[in-house]
Amino acid sequence: MSELWEGIAQAFWLVVTLDSDLVEITLRSLRVTLTALVVASLIALPLAAVLAVRRFRLRRATIAVLNALMGLPPVVVGLVVYILLSRSGPFGVFGLLFTPTAMIIAQVIIIVPLIASIAHQSLRELWSDYHDLLISLHTTQAQRIKTLLWDGRRALLTAALAGFGRAIGEVGAIMVVGGNIDHHTRVLTTAIALETGKGAFALALGLGFVLIGLAVAVNLCIHWLGQTERTGRW
Amino acid sequence: MTLLPLIAKGATLRRRGKVLIGPVDLRLEGQGITAVIGPNGAGKTSLLKMLHGIVRLNGGSVTWNCPMAEAQERQAFVFQQPVMMRRSVLDNVAYPLRLIGVSRGEARARAMDWVERIGLSAAAERSATVLSGGERQKLALARALIRKPEVLFLDEPCASLDGRATREIEALLQEAAADGTRLVMSTHNLGQATRLATEIILVARGQIQEHQPAAAFFAGPNTDEGRAFLRGDIIE
Repeated sequence: MSELWEGIAQAFWLVVTLDSDLVEITLRSLRVTLTALVVASLIALPLAAVLAVRRFRLRRATIAVLNALMGLPPVVVGLVVYILLSRSGPFGVFGLLFTPTAMIIAQVIIIVPLIASIAHQSLRELWSDYHDLLISLHTTQAQRIKTLLWDGRRALLTAALAGFGRAIGEVGAIMVVGGNIDHHTRVLTTAIALETGKGAFALALGLGFVLIGLAVAVNLCIHWLGQTERTGRW
Repeated sequence: MTLLPLIAKGATLRRRGKVLIGPVDLRLEGQGITAVIGPNGAGKTSLLKMLHGIVRLNGGSVTWNCPMAEAQERQAFVFQQPVMMRRSVLDNVAYPLRLIGVSRGEARARAMDWVERIGLSAAAERSATVLSGGERQKLALARALIRKPEVLFLDEPCASLDGRATREIEALLQEAAADGTRLVMSTHNLGQATRLATEIILVARGQIQEHQPAAAFFAGPNTDEGRAFLRGDIIE
């Protein structure tokens, strides 16, 4: 129990003194996760809209696969990305292994199915509401997708936040492909794993509290920015 | 080139092996308001959707006096349960203009004229999803009319509305008809058909039973179904 209080005190102290290591690790965590979130959203949201609007032969199979991939084990993703990016792998020539870019790639692979599946559920309901109107207005597929993405933006924000939550707390894959290199690929989660391994529980807890605070702050921030309706006005 | 006449030849719509409407042979032309009347489940909505082209025919044809793609751009449809997009009232009305490439500013300016006309200017920036039933129907009507369609289909536009809202909707419909839009509306309100219609189509059991000028129909229907409907008998 004393370690918990010590952790809280240490977290408080790290934040108040703007510890340079903490700031560096936190900013790297944010940069990697937010970049992965943007890239994943650019892939997942249009994919979700296409799955809601279009009827094609492998649609059901695609949805089933996406749903199944929500539970993708991060370590396995890390392993596959590692093999692909390693010197002997097909993308080894780019020299991306043990860089933040490799961590972003792994996170994108992990959160695309999650964002796409949640977004698809929302957009499918919206499409069933809008179907008759958009058909009667003789809209093109592109116009339908654009309309659904715009009008469903609040629900899509929730999908994106779920992706952010998964990515910011992810440790297995980024440990494998990032290598937890100090001042290069170390992020909050890998730093926590390292400090725990070293037995520095107070510091690990302190970093943990910072991570939780960061996740909550970013969630609140995105919610506030994405608020489309304020006091009943749009 | 005018959009009308609309000609349906043997047009049939089936679902799960059951004929919903058809075969329909019909010619629509000229001006005015056509009321499609008939008992519940007769096929009125199916007939309108079939003529508008939002359901795939299982047989026969529906043709306009111009290519189908062009015809689709020059007509509109108002549903019994109006679809409210998750946008402001103003953006809902402006939406059809945005689809054809009108700039946001111009679309909103033109939409504002309509929003004022339907008496919703105070709610212009509010979410359309919080409107009452009558307000929703007026918004749907404005959204349908903003592109000045030559033909407007309406599916029970005043169903479950109170007297005041019904009167407002009917006034808008009469204005639209006076402006040259050909209206085809389903209703099972005979009073409304009497007030508005210049032409009557009676549908029963998935078939058009009568199609004639309103005055002639109300003076004396040609069929047993027509007479029974006017008497208020139950038609199965």
